[in-house]
Amino acid sequence: MNLNKVLKGLLVAVPVLTLAACSSNNDTDAGASNEVVNQPVQAVDQGMSDAEQLRQQLEALRQQNTIYFDFDKSTIRSEFASVLDAHAAFLRARTTISVTVEGHTDARGTPEYNIALGERRAQSVQSYLANLGVAAGQLSVVSYGEEKPVDAGNTEDAFAKNRRAVLVY
Amino acid sequence: MTMILKWIGKTAIFALAVVALQAKASLEIVITEGVDSARPIAIVPFTFVGQNQPTQNISQIVAADLMRSGKFNPVNVMRMPQQPQNSSQFNAAAWAKTGIEAVVMGTVKEVGLDRYTINYELVDVVKANGGVGQPMMNAAGRMVAGSNHILHSSEITIAGKLFRQYAHRVSDVIYEKLTGERGAFSTKIAYVLVRDKQEYRYQLVVADYDGENEQVLLRSKEPLMSPTWSPDGTKLAYVTFERKQSQIYIQDVYTARRSILTSFKGINSAPVWSPDGRKMAMTLSKDGNTEIYVMDIASKSLNKLTNHRAIDTEPNWAPDSQTVLFTSERGGNPQLYTVDINTKATTRVTFDGEQNLAGKFTPNGQAIVMVNRTNGQYNIARMDRTTRQMQVLTRTYLDESPSIAPNGSMIIYSTLHGSSQVLALVSMDGRFKARLPAVNGRVKSPAWSPFL
Repeated sequence: MNLNKVLKGLLVAVPVLTLAACSSNNDTDAGASNEVVNQPVQAVDQGMSDAEQLRQQLEALRQQNTIYFDFDKSTIRSEFASVLDAHAAFLRARTTISVTVEGHTDARGTPEYNIALGERRAQSVQSYLANLGVAAGQLSVVSYGEEKPVDAGNTEDAFAKNRRAVLVY
Repeated sequence: MTMILKWIGKTAIFALAVVALQAKASLEIVITEGVDSARPIAIVPFTFVGQNQPTQNISQIVAADLMRSGKFNPVNVMRMPQQPQNSSQFNAAAWAKTGIEAVVMGTVKEVGLDRYTINYELVDVVKANGGVGQPMMNAAGRMVAGSNHILHSSEITIAGKLFRQYAHRVSDVIYEKLTGERGAFSTKIAYVLVRDKQEYRYQLVVADYDGENEQVLLRSKEPLMSPTWSPDGTKLAYVTFERKQSQIYIQDVYTARRSILTSFKGINSAPVWSPDGRKMAMTLSKDGNTEIYVMDIASKSLNKLTNHRAIDTEPNWAPDSQTVLFTSERGGNPQLYTVDINTKATTRVTFDGEQNLAGKFTPNGQAIVMVNRTNGQYNIARMDRTTRQMQVLTRTYLDESPSIAPNGSMIIYSTLHGSSQVLALVSMDGRFKARLPAVNGRVKSPAWSPFL
């Protein structure tokens, strides 16, 4: 398997740039403000029990971190109010923690339109949380459009799973 | 390592050619519709004279090119009454009975170490039948054998490794002689290849228009989107998420050197070069809403073309550079609009169907190609700008990302076939259809290069 990979690499005839996610080996940084914050260890100096409590809270929030949307819509359905309330309460209490809201769409429509639609969905969640008193500085959005489906299928069921916003700590 | 080229007629499925390739080819071509209505032409296998036959077969490549244009149906060798090497061996009367319109014949002679002299001629069968052997008066008043049935003849001496490239040039000439329209066989396509099981699963690939000579320009763990060619064909602009947000980069196709163009807060999306190559239209959401902007590439100064709280995206330049076509959902659903880059006046362009997206002007500016949604189905459609008549061209599933050949003859797009994303081709009149499934991986976001 590994040998196969090496051989495939050797077949490439032109210079290939290989990128790591979050790579810092290039000199471009303008506007790159969406650093993903997912290290619960940030709050470590508040003591062991608090760190443990934080870990458990994040664990619980990650279990319910996805909001689903109707086709071509970015309005938040009422059934997700309690999920977002829980995230808002946590973020109000933990003002040093930030969250990135990822917006996604199903495969229908064009990739470029879907990037815009995914951002709309993420922004809906962002403003919902802001209206519940979460500070603007704790919230950021990124849209992946139709590029990162959770279900690669093309059934209505798969589409429904992919039309989502995900809160990523 | 081999490309299998098939075409499916009404009654028969048979392999035209199996070509051994030097490079790996991950795209295969399967023509699904339109060969029957194409013009019959004969590409007589070129005669080889010498010891070391090059692996690339010029007449096979030319036949494949012409068939893939949707305009010609290269006949099987079995249907050829003879296999002449040149026009002096050409038996016009025998060919006239076949209904074949034109015949290409030629020779490949080994003349040195990896040096080959290629001769070929294109003969018009109808003219030949009225003219070969019939003496005619030349300018000096002498009777000579007529030769106006020879539409083109050419001789060149090249190395074996240039055969494929030269064959595409031969196809360009034949196509132009017979249709009056420039051939687009010497062009390239850029696309995104997704291999879900690999760590660097997103790859930006450039290949010849027929899928050969693939080159991977970039690999990333995060999505790559919207590759688009500079008008001179030397660079690609595209969108990456390598920094966990969208950014627009420009990369040189030949050196692979790249530089960042934009990294604004929010969306950096849908780049497209102006026809003069100096500006880039794009979608940015740095002020909260997605809007269409034009950036001067040298100074990076921005001109904001739209200002509306609805989604505005997918800019595309009119050939005159004064108008930008874009998708907007300002009317409730995504439809196409134009904006004048000077007055910023917007005009709605499409009204047919539930949605119209990803509009692209044809090279002559007379039509717009788009993704049309009707009864929930996303297909490629073309609208004549004068008559406003809309024609849905495809019957495939979840079509997106149409890109037009520089001669305006063909559209390449991304579609779903079975459970996988593949590239597909449809001619501008909708008659010819083909699929380019990848051997390994999903393929999307095709971009046809300009003439190279």
